[in-house]
Amino acid sequence: MNVSEFLDMGGYAAFVWPAFGLVMSVLVYNIWSARSAHAEARRAAARRLQMEETHS
Amino acid sequence: MQSTGLLRAGALLYARDLKLAFRRWEQVTQPVVFFLMVTTLFPLALSPDTAQLREVAAGIVWVAALLSALLALEFMFRSDYEDGTLEQLVLSGQPLWWLSLVKAMAHWTVSGLPLVVASPLVAASLAVPAAAQPTVMVSLLLGTGILSFLGAVGAGLTLGVRRGSVLLSLLVLPLTMPALIFGARAVDMAIMGDSSRGPLLLLAAMFILSLTLGPFATSAALKVSME
Amino acid sequence: MWTWFHKLASPPHFYRIAGKVIPWFSWPALILILLGLYGGLVVAPMDYQQGEGFRIFYVHVPSAIMSMFVYSNMAIAAGIGLIWRMKLAHAVAAASAPIGAWFTFCALATGSIWGKPMWGTWWVWDARLTSELILLFLYLGFIALRSSIEDPQRADRAAAVLALVGVINLPIIHYSVVWWNSLHQGSTMFKSGAMSIEMKWPALAMLFGFMLYFGAVLFVRLRAEVIRRERNATWLKQELAR
Repeated sequence: MNVSEFLDMGGYAAFVWPAFGLVMSVLVYNIWSARSAHAEARRAAARRLQMEETHS
Repeated sequence: MQSTGLLRAGALLYARDLKLAFRRWEQVTQPVVFFLMVTTLFPLALSPDTAQLREVAAGIVWVAALLSALLALEFMFRSDYEDGTLEQLVLSGQPLWWLSLVKAMAHWTVSGLPLVVASPLVAASLAVPAAAQPTVMVSLLLGTGILSFLGAVGAGLTLGVRRGSVLLSLLVLPLTMPALIFGARAVDMAIMGDSSRGPLLLLAAMFILSLTLGPFATSAALKVSME
Repeated sequence: MWTWFHKLASPPHFYRIAGKVIPWFSWPALILILLGLYGGLVVAPMDYQQGEGFRIFYVHVPSAIMSMFVYSNMAIAAGIGLIWRMKLAHAVAAASAPIGAWFTFCALATGSIWGKPMWGTWWVWDARLTSELILLFLYLGFIALRSSIEDPQRADRAAAVLALVGVINLPIIHYSVVWWNSLHQGSTMFKSGAMSIEMKWPALAMLFGFMLYFGAVLFVRLRAEVIRRERNATWLKQELAR
């Protein structure tokens, strides 16, 4: 089976590739979202600690 | 002092809720008016052709009834929460699941039953044949009951939350979707002349499930909200 | 043994251990998912009836299984948090919810995409699809309820009650294809003999890859939760300075 046959997916290309692409994108997005939530939590905590220090 | 028995406490609470509801007459009539108005909108928007109306009547009646009953749901505990009565009920020593059941029953009586009574009128206006009317009423009787018992959980969880009514709908509607599916199916089958026993029995099963399990979840929800 | 458990639940320890554990989940997850992709797209033979279109199975079924797996995790964590008042358990439930919601969305979307060429329709209101949709709404309701209650403790506990109420949906999703004649096909993964191993293995690889992925992402989100909830300044300051 050559590359173009593979991409064609027996005529179902319009369904198979979006399905796989969608799921992979969601997985990547969730990694990014979790990491950015973590980074944001750290930044907010650092800000909070700084404010507490300057106000004490 | 003699402690109050279960039934007596329940009867007192039920009677009180009914009395309070009828004092605020608008709260009772609002859902019914909404029900009547919404169902009137559909023939205007779609077409007055009776054959067409008959096809969608089951869904319209059910969705309108569900939304109308939902309107009244946030008031189940609201006024008691605000004036401190709810706290008294929680501390009263009566099992909270029992009180939750009674409150949901009262809510059903005040908000659900009027819809059931109004439903033949609404169904007739949507070209539903007379033979299907009993199914309409029975299915809505069970459906509004399910909404009251399941909705009580949502009402308990969203007490005092800002914009709680939107959140309440988001929480309760998914739980009532199965009831909607079977209820509308039952009415549809009756309209077409078939027996609606199957969906009605399933609806009855859901009703019993929500009646028996709902109050426990509601009491847990109330305890969380009152902490 | 209990001292170890209590130590684990203490925020600074948990934060550090979680950080060390994550790569042990994420790299195997990547390998298994890539393996599943390769197996599903290239190696696995074409289906007798559905041809190449069948390959969607390899992302649809693992997503659907994960949507329920994550929810049961969430509900168990919520229950533990409610009964034993463990903050970490509530944090697990909170962190799981968005991941589970996305898996549910993937299951619904890939199922819909698969349904169009195979069964001629994007959607049908049968028991399994409807209950999976309700699962999505349960996740969203959980997230919405948490974010609309201001007091964090009350938010945790209210959402926990909701999560537990929704558990009844899981057996309905799973057994719906048994109880009702539905458009959605019956169980193929769990019934022995329904599918050959050479067709099954990419789905299993993908599923275990997804589970490890869930573990990795969960721990990342948990670290964020732990920081957000932490009031004790000393270890936090040390940690942030690293």
